[in-house]
Parts: sequence; C-alpha cells; structure tokens
Amino acid sequence: MTFMHKALGTVAALALTAGAALAEPALIFDLGGKFDKSFNEAAYNGAKRWADETGNSFREIELQSEAQREQALRRFAEAGANPIVMAGFAFGTALGEVAADYPDTKFAIIDMVVDQPNVQSVVFNEHEGSYLVGMMAAMKSESDTVGFIGGMDIPLIRKFACGYAQGVKAVNPDATVIANMTGTTPAAWNDPVKGSELTKAQISQGADVVYAAAGGTGVGVLQTAADEGILSIGVDSNQNYLHPGKVLTSMMKRVDNAVYDAFSAGADLEPGFQVMGISNGGVGYALDEYNASLVSDDMKSAVDAAAASIADGSLSVHDYTSDDSCPALSF
Amino acid sequence: MDLATALQILDSTVRLSTPLLLACLAGLFSERAGIFDIGLEGKMLMAAFFSAAVAALTGSVWLGLLAGIASSMVLSGLHGLASITFRGDQLISGVAINFLAIGLTVLIAQDWFQQGGRTPSLIGGGRFQEITLPFADTLQGVPILGPIYHDLISGHSILVYVALLMVPLTWWILFRTRFGLHLRAVGENPAAVDTAGLSVVGLRFAAVGICGILCGIAGAYLATGLQAGFVKEMTAGRGYIALAALIFAKWRPWYALGACLLFGFLQAVALRYQNIDLGAFTVPVQFMDALPYILTVVILAGFIGKAVPPKSGGVPYVKER
Repeated sequence: MTFMHKALGTVAALALTAGAALAEPALIFDLGGKFDKSFNEAAYNGAKRWADETGNSFREIELQSEAQREQALRRFAEAGANPIVMAGFAFGTALGEVAADYPDTKFAIIDMVVDQPNVQSVVFNEHEGSYLVGMMAAMKSESDTVGFIGGMDIPLIRKFACGYAQGVKAVNPDATVIANMTGTTPAAWNDPVKGSELTKAQISQGADVVYAAAGGTGVGVLQTAADEGILSIGVDSNQNYLHPGKVLTSMMKRVDNAVYDAFSAGADLEPGFQVMGISNGGVGYALDEYNASLVSDDMKSAVDAAAASIADGSLSVHDYTSDDSCPALSF
Repeated sequence: MDLATALQILDSTVRLSTPLLLACLAGLFSERAGIFDIGLEGKMLMAAFFSAAVAALTGSVWLGLLAGIASSMVLSGLHGLASITFRGDQLISGVAINFLAIGLTVLIAQDWFQQGGRTPSLIGGGRFQEITLPFADTLQGVPILGPIYHDLISGHSILVYVALLMVPLTWWILFRTRFGLHLRAVGENPAAVDTAGLSVVGLRFAAVGICGILCGIAGAYLATGLQAGFVKEMTAGRGYIALAALIFAKWRPWYALGACLLFGFLQAVALRYQNIDLGAFTVPVQFMDALPYILTVVILAGFIGKAVPPKSGGVPYVKER
C-alpha cells in the first residue's frame, strides 16, 4: 500500500512538473551561438535575468544548421512552450509558415517583421545607435578615415553601416567611411580570420577607428584593431571589456530587454509591432570603466545631445531598410 | 594601384594562403598514398582548438603547437583505423571526422573555459609573434625592394616560413627519397608494393600521420598565429578550399604552392575591393569568393590539362589470398 502511495505520488509530481513545464517560455538562438559575446549572448542575458528574478526556468536551443529552424520552432510549440522567442532575422520564413499552425502559442521574433496574429515583431532602430557611435568615431579619428566591417551582407547590416556613416558625416562631412562585408553566407558570422584581414586592409587605407557589426567575426576585428593600435567599436552587447582602452565604445542593442520583456509578458504577449529605439532605451552606446579614458566630456555631451534630438524627433536618421538606399554611403 | 596597396594585398595573400598550403600539402601526402581525406577541415579545427586551449592554459605557444599537432594526429589515426585497418569508406570516415571536430571542440571548450565554445584571448607568449627578418628595418629605405622585403617577406609568424619550406621538403621527400617512391607507389598500385615485400598498411599509416602533423600546424597557425584564440568553426571551410587547391594542383607540391597562393590572392583581392568595378561592368564579391571552386571545376572538366588522381585513391587495399 505504501508502495502504491509512493508510486501514485510520483506520478502526481511528474504530472505537476509537466503542467509547470507547459507554461515555460522558450528561446531559440541563431547560428552565431549562445555565447557569441554579441547578439545571441545579449538574448541569453535577458532570458537569464528573467529566470533569476522570477525563479522560473526557460527552454533554449542553439541551432546547428539552417534546416533546424522550422524543426526547433515546431518542437517547442508542440511541447507547449509559450511564448517562443527567436533571436534573429533568419527565422522570418520559418516562423511565417509555423505561426499559423499554432494559433494558441505566442511568438516573438527579433530583427524581423512577421505579419501573423500571434506574432510580436521586435525591431530595433540600429541606425540610431550606429549614428551615435559614428559620431564618436569621427570625433576620435585623426586620419578622418573610419571603417565599418559587417558580417553577412544583408539589409539589416547595411542599416548599421548607413546609420554609422551618417553619424560620421554629421561630425565631419569630409570624412571617408570604408565599408566592407565579410561574406554573403552565414559562415560570415564566424570567420575571425577574415575579420582580421579586413581590418588590416582598412588600416592600410588609413582607417583608425573600425566598427564591427559582424557577430563572432567581430572578435577578430577587435583583436586586430587592438594589436595594430587603432580603436574599434563593438556591437550588440557591451564589448568594451574585451580589450580595455582599445575599444572606443559599443553600440548597445538591448536584445536582452526585448527578450526579458517578452518572457515577462508570458502568454499575454502583445502581438504586433514593437520598435526599440533611442527613445525607449532599445539602442544606445556603452560607457564604462574600460573606455572612460577614451571618451572626452565634449564627445559625451555632443553624442548625448544628438541622442536627445533623435529621441524627441527633431533629428531623424535615415533607415536603409526603408528604401534600400543610403544617402551617406554607397555599397 | 600604388606599391603600398599592392604590398598590402600580397601580404594578406601570404597570410591567407598559409593555412591553405599546409592543409593542401597534408592532403597531398595522404592522397598520394591512396587515402582520400576530406577530414582536413576537421583536423585543422581540432588542432586550432587544442593549440589555443593549451597555449591559454600554459602560456606557451610551443606547447600549444604540440598539443594541436597531437590532437590532429589522433584524428588522423582514427581515419587510418577506419579506412586502412578496417577498410571502411574513406569519404564517410572523413565526413565523420569533420562533424566530430565541430562538436567536440565546442563541447570541450565550454567545459574547460565556460566561455561558450571559445578559448580565452591569448596574450604575450601564448601567441606566435611576427618575426622581423634581419636588416628588415635598415633596408626599409631602399626604393621598391626595401618595402617589399620589409612588408611582404619579413614580418610573418614563423609558421608561415615553415609552411613555405614544407613545399621543397615535400617535393624532396616524395620525388627524391626511397620512402617517397614507396608512398607514391602505394597510392598507384598497392599490390605491387605488397609483392615487393613492403607493408602497405604501414606506408599508408605513415602518410596519414604526416597529414595529421601538417593539419596540426595549419590549425595552430589559425588559432595562435593569425588569431588570439579559438572561435567555434573558425576554419570556415578552409579545409575544403585546400582540397580544391589540391585537385587544382594535380597532386603536385610546387603546383600546390601556386594554387594556394592563387586562391589566397583571390580571397585577399575580394576582401580588399569587394565589388570590383571594371568600367563596363562590376565583378561582384560573390564571384570572387566562388572563383576557387569554379577554377577547380574547370580543371576537373579537363579544360586546362587533366587532373588524374592517384589510381588507387579511395580504394582500401585487400591482400589477395
């Protein structure tokens, strides 16, 4: 009898945990990997912050190949995870097909717009944040030449480049912006060797500040910049600490906030459009003890003034993705 | 284009060609002995990780290099065991090694360093420093030759010079020594080698072992020479380009040097110029990236000479009974 009780108790406990698991949110990382010190890591930090604060758990998966996107989505949806958050534009097509099949599950996709009744599309105004770091690059540059190194050549990365170039030109209309992309396949997010070579090529063309928006490839860019004695600008997460005194600043894209908000909303996630810009703390630049000596008070006040005017709408930064062209830079 | 730009591109060519060249020569030894090896990529990746990891833990890049070579040789041994001893399919074994390396490196890195599948950044003695050749600084003022010597020939990590020296050495071993003759014979007609009283298995294992050493150096160069640490999948397909270069070079050492320099040069140009404007039309960067493969297909199709692989390549040797 006691055995029976125990067995029944175990079954009940299992059923309870299964019930609790139903409400778990899920996070899917893109190919760059969970700890890319950049985009995906920011997403992870947001999820972890939510888990630490609420004491709840979440499910996660790191993709290993393109083919797993839809599979991962369906498996989480079948398992009852809600909401399911995807970090990365590349989930757009897969989500477009999957979302309709699971009308009771809420999805949130970062960096992409998917028009479905149960999907929240979170987009960032990266061009605004890039504009700010572009201003800092131009103010810091002595050669009047600054560089940009993108990962995979997609409109989103061009949006970074375009905002950056506008910021540079706003400070110094005569400055040259050299923009390079690492490649055209997803391998471009994980090729630090190519990142290094691009940085060296830009240095030989006179660049003395380079901005890397390239995921894992950016590790090579920042490393080479530090080795060669020029300044670099990190992206997505705060990367200032990677090379103290050599990283001018980082363009912070608060993916962590987006994931945190989505997880907090839980099943009540508001479908539709969520724009994270300077005005609501979605993007910005990083200032900490590692780069304090590099950023003068003049620079800080100029950049903060620009941020304020972007936030109140008196200054507008052109968004590359709005018309696939850039007034300050040709690709 | 001025001299400085040309030198910068050529300098970049040398750096990008070196891992290709080492991997290509590694494949050359293996395939000349009749063992196809598409696991070059995996071996390089494994070596890249272990060289960076050991260099990070010990602070010595030389110990890192040794660890890289050792790990690459372990994979070589695995490949040999599967395809020589057990006469398995060499292509499948190679593919398995590639997957094994992708998974294992990240797994071990995460367990050792908790940095998400990468090693800590290497500092000081943990990296191969650039070597300044004698008189490079004094001769820099000499017109044309000075900058060429200073910027292009001097100022690379020691592994670059090792890689370049491997070319004549490989040629000498393969075509001027008894061992080389046996090695080539075992790739063409292992039965004849067996009849002559030599061990086919032993020779093939020797070739696979040399392949492991060279892949190990290539991986160590990526992680501790070019970069300051390991990042997951950092070989980014270089093992496959090396294989393409091997076919392009028709399995010959000096041609391999040419092919790798050409492929490296194409990459360097693509990185420097992105879209090349030729006036009448623009060459997109994608075309430059694809060019090594296109050239290889052209060679394979027989348009420029004929690429004949070693006759017994890919065939496990079964002794007649």
